[in-house]
Amino acid sequence: MGKEKSKSGPLARRPDNSAFKQQRLPAWTPMLTASTVLPSFYLLALICMLLGVWLLLTVQNTQEMKVDYTEAGSCNLCFEMRKNVSNAGQKCTCMIMFSIEKAFKGDVFIYYGLRNFHQNLRRYMDSRDDGQMLGRKSNLKSPSSYCKPFDVDEKGVPIAPCGAVANSMFNDSFILTYYTINGPTVVPLLRKGLTWYTDKNVKYRNPKMDNLTLPEVFEGTTRPPYWQKPVYQLDPFDPNNNGFINDDLLVWMREAAFPNFKKLYGFLYRANKPFTKGLPAGNYSVAISYNFPVQYFKGRKEVVLTTVSWFGGQNHFLPIAYLVTSGLILLTAVVLTVVWWKFGKDGKNMAD
Amino acid sequence: MKPLTYYWNRLRGNKEEKERLLRANDRSFNLSFHYAKNEIKTSKYNIITFLPLNLYVQFTRLANVYFLLLLILQLIPEISSLPWFTTAVPLVIVLSITGVKDANDDIKRHKSDRQVNNRTVEVLVNGKLKEERWKNVQVGDILKLQNNHFVPADLLLLSSSEPLNLVYVETADLDGETNLKVKQALTVTGELGNDIEAYSTFTGEVRCEHPNNRLDKFKGTLTVKGQTHGLDNDKVLLRGCTLRNTEWCFGLVIFGGPDTKLMQNSGQSKFKRTRIDHMMNILVLCICGFLVTICVILSIGNSIWETNEGSAFTVFLPHLPDISVELSSFFIFWSYIIVLNTVVPISLYVSVEIIRLGNSFFIDWDRKMYYPKKDTPAQARTTTLNEELGQIKYIFSDKTGTLTQNIMTFNKCSINGKPYGELYDFSGHKVKILKKMERVDFSWNKLADPKFIFHDHSLVETVREGNSEAHAFFRLLALCHTVMPEEKKEGELNYQAQSPDESALVTAARNFGFVFHCRTPETITVMEMGRNVVYELVAVLDFSNVRKRMSVIVRSPEGKITLFCKGADIVICERLHPSSDKLMEATMKHLNEYAGDGLRTLVLAYKDLDESYLEGWRKRHHEASIAMEEREERLDDLYEEIEKDMTLLGATAVEDKLQDGVPHTIEQLAEADIKIWVLTGDKQETAENIGYACNILREDMNEVFVVTGNTAEAVQKELKEARQKMCPQAAAMPSMKKSHGGLFWLTKTKYLQDDKVDGEYGLIINGSSLAFALEEDLELELLRTACMCQTVICCRVTPLQKAQVVKAVKKYKQAVTLSIGDGANDVSMIKTAHIGVGISGQEGMQAVLSSDFSLAQFRYLQRLLLVHGRWSYLRMCKFLRYFFLKNFTFTFVHFWYAFFCGFSAQPVYDDWFSTCYNLVYTALPVLALSLFDQDVNSHWSFYYPKLYTPGQWNMYFNRTSFLLCIMQSCYNSIILFFIPYAALHDTVRQDGREIADYQSFAILLQTCLIIVVNAQIFLDTWYWTGINHFFLWGSMAAYFALTFTMNSNGLFFIFPTMFQFLGTGRNSLNQPNTWLIIFLTCLLCILPIVALRFIFIQTSPTINDKVRYKMRRDEIPAISLRPPATRRVSTRSSYAFSHSQGYGDLVISQKFLGKKTPRRPLLFGQKDHPLAENQPQLFRSITEEPEEPQSC
Repeated sequence: MGKEKSKSGPLARRPDNSAFKQQRLPAWTPMLTASTVLPSFYLLALICMLLGVWLLLTVQNTQEMKVDYTEAGSCNLCFEMRKNVSNAGQKCTCMIMFSIEKAFKGDVFIYYGLRNFHQNLRRYMDSRDDGQMLGRKSNLKSPSSYCKPFDVDEKGVPIAPCGAVANSMFNDSFILTYYTINGPTVVPLLRKGLTWYTDKNVKYRNPKMDNLTLPEVFEGTTRPPYWQKPVYQLDPFDPNNNGFINDDLLVWMREAAFPNFKKLYGFLYRANKPFTKGLPAGNYSVAISYNFPVQYFKGRKEVVLTTVSWFGGQNHFLPIAYLVTSGLILLTAVVLTVVWWKFGKDGKNMAD
Repeated sequence: MKPLTYYWNRLRGNKEEKERLLRANDRSFNLSFHYAKNEIKTSKYNIITFLPLNLYVQFTRLANVYFLLLLILQLIPEISSLPWFTTAVPLVIVLSITGVKDANDDIKRHKSDRQVNNRTVEVLVNGKLKEERWKNVQVGDILKLQNNHFVPADLLLLSSSEPLNLVYVETADLDGETNLKVKQALTVTGELGNDIEAYSTFTGEVRCEHPNNRLDKFKGTLTVKGQTHGLDNDKVLLRGCTLRNTEWCFGLVIFGGPDTKLMQNSGQSKFKRTRIDHMMNILVLCICGFLVTICVILSIGNSIWETNEGSAFTVFLPHLPDISVELSSFFIFWSYIIVLNTVVPISLYVSVEIIRLGNSFFIDWDRKMYYPKKDTPAQARTTTLNEELGQIKYIFSDKTGTLTQNIMTFNKCSINGKPYGELYDFSGHKVKILKKMERVDFSWNKLADPKFIFHDHSLVETVREGNSEAHAFFRLLALCHTVMPEEKKEGELNYQAQSPDESALVTAARNFGFVFHCRTPETITVMEMGRNVVYELVAVLDFSNVRKRMSVIVRSPEGKITLFCKGADIVICERLHPSSDKLMEATMKHLNEYAGDGLRTLVLAYKDLDESYLEGWRKRHHEASIAMEEREERLDDLYEEIEKDMTLLGATAVEDKLQDGVPHTIEQLAEADIKIWVLTGDKQETAENIGYACNILREDMNEVFVVTGNTAEAVQKELKEARQKMCPQAAAMPSMKKSHGGLFWLTKTKYLQDDKVDGEYGLIINGSSLAFALEEDLELELLRTACMCQTVICCRVTPLQKAQVVKAVKKYKQAVTLSIGDGANDVSMIKTAHIGVGISGQEGMQAVLSSDFSLAQFRYLQRLLLVHGRWSYLRMCKFLRYFFLKNFTFTFVHFWYAFFCGFSAQPVYDDWFSTCYNLVYTALPVLALSLFDQDVNSHWSFYYPKLYTPGQWNMYFNRTSFLLCIMQSCYNSIILFFIPYAALHDTVRQDGREIADYQSFAILLQTCLIIVVNAQIFLDTWYWTGINHFFLWGSMAAYFALTFTMNSNGLFFIFPTMFQFLGTGRNSLNQPNTWLIIFLTCLLCILPIVALRFIFIQTSPTINDKVRYKMRRDEIPAISLRPPATRRVSTRSSYAFSHSQGYGDLVISQKFLGKKTPRRPLLFGQKDHPLAENQPQLFRSITEEPEEPQSC
């Protein structure tokens, strides 16, 4: 008798004889056996070892230099000056000397680093209006309530860009100088292309121009209180790098995950000698226009020069972690082998 | 419309009416009491009330309230750390799924209500009979019912078409009893007959008890024309009964609709919860406490941080206006409650329900639990108890109908010292009788019952040869009984016997040529080898439990007076003439053999009497039977006097047919360390007999104790002695283990610990001893002793005692109990036990209706427990372990991040990831695991019943494993957070751009987490079906697909504030660095688990590991039936008769038979309602030939 399709007759209520209903689906039943576990442990140990060595070699080839300028050298004066809020409008520049022992080969990236600056506080992170920075006209004129208290100024004029994140934008600037035998040469820096493609081209947009100039578009808004310049004058040299698509602003707006972070300031322009191969060894100075106050929150500021490899900037943790992991796996593998040898090999434990 | 006062009274709790007063044919009078109408309503909602009521019901569940509160919290901007949709989306999904399910259920109820309410019945209105719908019937109406009609309400029987105003009703729907019951109307109303005129002027007034659910009791009075008559249960037809064999009857509605005893009995089934449920609730509460603790810690951390660092940071992030540090910490507390809410996941409850439902479906679908003969599949009636099936420690089983088929077959006999009924081959060895073997041909006997099967030809030949002993033997069987014949058509004889044994014996005689044909009070007509012989019935010496025998004295047409007697071997043995000694020896040998085979035996003897003696005896008998004092004793003396010096004829052996596969099932269950208690209403001997037959008691047991004490002291002594024999070193006082349970471990419970026992013991305890043993002070003693035994048989127990036994075990043993039974008398124990199993396919449905699972056969129990139960338990535990693991891992990461983000309740993950994590990314793989996982397949489960034992000890999911879960997830979260942190915090992309930003870090963590939890399920899954693969890889794919979707341009343009992660996936997951971190993180999370598991498998493998290991190497074992236990040589008396009392009086009652030949004799006039009686009365009277199983 075949399978009954029509549900009638004496066996009307008989359940179907399908593998699914009878729980007989064909299945793979893996088990942790010595023949699978032990080789894979040894193999993984080997893989981790190789990766670790490879990464270590790669990392060794990268170079990084951090210069903390918070109170160093002549910046001490600026640091003291900034302690007084009333001096916020005043300019202050200072200079730090440093030397590079070994030339930085290849592309060199210049970052500013901040320590103990909490870009990751919940209310801070929320204090922004993505709609506004996407160029939505309505949001431009009436910023989201998340921006409070940096949504409108005392007169009720909307702030663009609004919110605590934009307001606290890092505003120090650096001029790097290389001291050759022939005298000092300014290190040429590229200050564009610092952001992700998506940020620059998708996520942030200036409001629709409609044949208006940028300042006209931003009319009726005001700059964030801590800024010295309005948003449409951030880059005095390139009019297209202004407004909500200014690279520095975008870099800042990508909030860091941790309180200690570094953000891209620019990279070395390698068209001209002596910088075609990177930064040569020698003495350097960095002139800083010292604007950003960090003394309130016991923060530090630094300039970071680094070269990168195929897996990013210099970071010793990953290769070492791989090497340690490899060692641990190897150790475990040996222990497992011993255990298997002593207990499981003859299958005595398994015999009922 | 009921007036407001009615509702007011209900509100005030005055709904209890003390007494019911009603008047026939007087609607306005009856209406003034506002009795319930006959309309029933089992549905809960209507279209308008559905939404509010259903939401209300749903929000009585704690979990939903919890999430509603969370949702409300999230709407407060100061607190909201996650946007509202993270909670709202899951909550809405959960609510709507449940809502749809409830609506569907309710529509079904509406339909069945409508169908029932619209049935019609004839009602007497204004002197005319009118068809009315059931729902319009009112209290006080007079109804006329026809044969085979359902009784629409609880009626007072007024009159019927049958003599003596009897009606026959079938109560199967009500109490599960299949035999017909007799109800009798009062004479005063019976006289009204079929007279509509008379009825329309009938104004009887009934005063009776208030509505209640006692099926066996009714009290009331009927006042007609100033005269008051008492009413009892015999005068009442209950809703749910069916009228049978009665042309018509009239009834007066007493209780309608919801007041009827049927409705009062239904719907209030207790909601059962499993141990895992209890544990889960406790765990969830603990987790809530834990959550609060963590949030307190974090908010304290926040206030410290705010004081030390945050205050300095206010330049960049001013405080909220008018909010102090303390208040903001308080806000942070709630914010963290929101962020960390995933430790108590809403999907837990939903998933658990789905898993249970799925596993219930597997039970419904199982072909191996489908019984083709009755076309009955197994059914999981409660879908919330599956995993408990894997933890059963005690099984309480009914006997009749559960272990046995309640079919008696005449199997063997010994006539004049010669055994019949067995087959021998040529070398003289016994041959096992198989179904297909040639049967004895009874075609020579026209009146033979075609369903009767016998294999031994020699007996027929002996009879046909005219062997006088054989003739006497069958003549006795044809004469000495209380069976009533029924001849519907010429030559189609039906026997109505009050016990199936009797029926089997009389049927045997019938087939061997001694056809019991008909009886009158004075005569019995037997067709002896084709010749009609009329015997004069002189006396019936009836059966009683004390006498254990019954005799008839008959005078043959030739005038020979003979006493025929059948009874228990011991009883008859004492009363034999010395000349039978030798024969007795031979017969005794056979009897022991039969007893060894678990057959019920009777010894037959006769004695010729002479006329003069009989005359004297009759005279004294008559005097005794009308004596006012000491009638019983005097009659007994007389019987004793005449029943002696008898001549032995032989012995019969009747098989109480076991259900198929019962011994093997019981053996398997015993192997699985399940203790089986048989609770039966049968007599001790019968129960013991069956116990041996179905392997509950075994000959190789060290000892079987029998407790029969009649006083509390005696019972205690016997129990103590038994215990000391089993375990001499046991402490005198029972050792109680205290444990804490319930909310916050505040409820203290005491449990009885098992004593260690070597060897196997059995215990038999009878009803009266049990009554003493179940008293408060002896309860512990009983349990202690009984639980040391492998099996316990309680005989002569009432339904109430059955429930008491179960309750006692539940109370003092931390064990899961299961009750299995088929009859109404098992309902109480089925409802009491953790799990109730009903045997379906019988005609009665009461047991099934109150059960959680229904099976067609007892033998399916082993598959239900050893396969489905075990798997369900395994799956549920795996699910819970994994579920807690994945949620804790998910949540703990937030905790570590708090130390880096100034305790500001910043979540680590993308909001959408939090929303989808439980609902989309990780829901299906674990669902597949918990629906399809098997450690070993069903063959191996049967082959190694020991695999069942871990469930009994809660091995797979307990507090320890929960703590291990927490530890593992803690470790996982540390790895998951700190490895990416260390590797990422100071690095950049390969093109120098940002990667240590919050969004990239979130994506990295999410990806690690998803891979780790899926790798974990990879390790946990033992049985990889295609569905598992599909769900696992599909979930991973869905994760990546959805992540890229959430990070896509389009969504951002539509909702810029909701999908802020634009482009993050693209920019971070294309970095080799990211993948190196993911790889390392996953290795560090997973490898320790693999290593630990491997070590445990090698050093101390569990039974599962062992069997799985074996399964990988060996072929599937054939399930070998162990050889049947060796034949026992004990000399147990196995006299068995399922009578409780004799019906001899009735049989010879002149009055009853005189008036008019009834269609169906009143043979089973119930003295008590069966619910109150000791033993089930259902049986089939004719030996049924088992049908051939349908080939598939």
